[in-house]
Amino acid sequence: MNRAGRFLLYAALVSTAFYALAPMWVMLSTSLKTLDEIREGSLIAAPHAPTIEPWLKAWGTACSGVRCEGLKPFFLNSLLMTIPAVLISTLVGALNGYALTHWRFRGSDFLFTALLVGCFIPFQVVLLPMARLLGAVGISDSVFGLIFVHVVYGLAFTTLFFRNYYIGVPGELVKAARVDGAGFFTIFQRILLPISGPIFMVCVIWQFTQIWNDFLFGVVFAGSDSQPVTVALNNLVRTSTGVKEYNVDMAAAIIAALPTLLVYIVAGKYFVRGLTAGAVKG
Amino acid sequence: MNIRYSSDRWLPKLVLSPTLAASLVFVYGFILITVALSFTESRLLPNWEWAGVERYAELFDNDRFWVSAKNLAIFGTLFIGISLVVGLVIAILLDQKIRGEGFLRAIYLYPMALSFIVTGNAWKWLLNPGLGLERIVQQWGWTSFTFDWLVNPDRAIYTVVIAGVWQSSGFAMALFLAGLRGVDSEIIKAAKVDGASLPTIYRRIIIPSLRPVFFSVTLILAHIAIKSFDLVMALTGGGPGTASDVPAIFMYQFSFTRGQLGVGAASAVMMLMTIVAVMVPLMYAEARSGRER
Repeated sequence: MNRAGRFLLYAALVSTAFYALAPMWVMLSTSLKTLDEIREGSLIAAPHAPTIEPWLKAWGTACSGVRCEGLKPFFLNSLLMTIPAVLISTLVGALNGYALTHWRFRGSDFLFTALLVGCFIPFQVVLLPMARLLGAVGISDSVFGLIFVHVVYGLAFTTLFFRNYYIGVPGELVKAARVDGAGFFTIFQRILLPISGPIFMVCVIWQFTQIWNDFLFGVVFAGSDSQPVTVALNNLVRTSTGVKEYNVDMAAAIIAALPTLLVYIVAGKYFVRGLTAGAVKG
Repeated sequence: MNIRYSSDRWLPKLVLSPTLAASLVFVYGFILITVALSFTESRLLPNWEWAGVERYAELFDNDRFWVSAKNLAIFGTLFIGISLVVGLVIAILLDQKIRGEGFLRAIYLYPMALSFIVTGNAWKWLLNPGLGLERIVQQWGWTSFTFDWLVNPDRAIYTVVIAGVWQSSGFAMALFLAGLRGVDSEIIKAAKVDGASLPTIYRRIIIPSLRPVFFSVTLILAHIAIKSFDLVMALTGGGPGTASDVPAIFMYQFSFTRGQLGVGAASAVMMLMTIVAVMVPLMYAEARSGRER
């Protein structure tokens, strides 16, 4: 390719990068401006006199619905909900994937296909019965209820991840260990677990992103005290008492996005692998 | 030895049984309950009196349902189409031995890590008539410029397309790029020797070989589109009025805020049917072309 062509190529790629980054830049700069500067200045300009007031307010005192404690309590709810749900669904998925690949029995392939349906359904089609069930058991409006729901509907994905990973592990390894008298869990612990690092990363990151970013289950099943941060953010932005504080809204949006962004920055490689694995096989 | 052997026979099944039970009850069972509910007299509370197809008749008589279905068609088509094109073009551009490819790729893909609620709020601010893009263009000197799609009932659904494409085209790019890396370089070399130009090679050889990637990306994006709820809630809230309603919002409001369980269930069943109607032909076509290859 000639030099002009190369130049155009890079120009196109760099402008696309600006397009991808622009909304984040605008959010960040807006969150550091005073309301006066927002009204008078330019949308894309950097803040003249950066202030962290909007961040403090979004975190600690902004009103979300009737509660005026900022996003902090809801951020904690999200952590309390996400961490157990991710760990449980990942562990169960690992054992499922192991059983489905190295301990096949009649009907195990059919069982796997039947489980996969859980990846495809629109969750709207289970919301009404689930709401009744959680109410009947007494865990609606609680973080427990949300953990339960996220585990149940995450299992199809986690099983898929591990099944597709473990199917590449030679069956001879497991057979040899069985001849030596090792049982189901011993083999899992000694042979499969030590080589499962990458798939655990992929699965944990996938589940973390899905569950942290969820809005539907949160808005349907959570009570005002157990709302995850996404629901609280939506309420915060919609709660207007007098002046609309765009800077606080943007700070709140970035706070809600920080954990998954952080995961992406630290472990982006695994994030991409999860996306492509889930997509190609799913 | 014998005891160990027998435990090995039932242990794997025991390990799988909670997941199987959960799937039977919470996926299959709940789908059946929702379907059943859609044929009953349920309003504010479940009422198992048989109502035949009355709820569906109500649903199809509801203008709002048709508005949401039309919006889904507009949003789905544009969202999938534009994301595919943008993703493919960026992937091809990135595949030209670019310096800093990893860095650029990371930038293109980061929106995928965000919640749709965050994306929706970011674009709501960017598209804010008065303080957002409109004012920037005016400040640049084009004083008569207006961009009020967010509050314009005829245009609001297109703002959802804008935000959705921003979030998802990096994902399409990542999959296409993986596909491009898998194309056999020998074939390309041979075509070059035969004197084929780069655009011809892409049009005739490389892009057709990405068929399976087109299939998976379309499948995933269609899935995202049909389920889309949070993005619309954050960006337009279905408004102005009900102008940018989508089926997921319709289902949520009828089921949980308007006390119309039966109609809500019927709309959920319609969403499931839509997914089945999109997925089954796509998967069938792909399976068939897979056999031919």
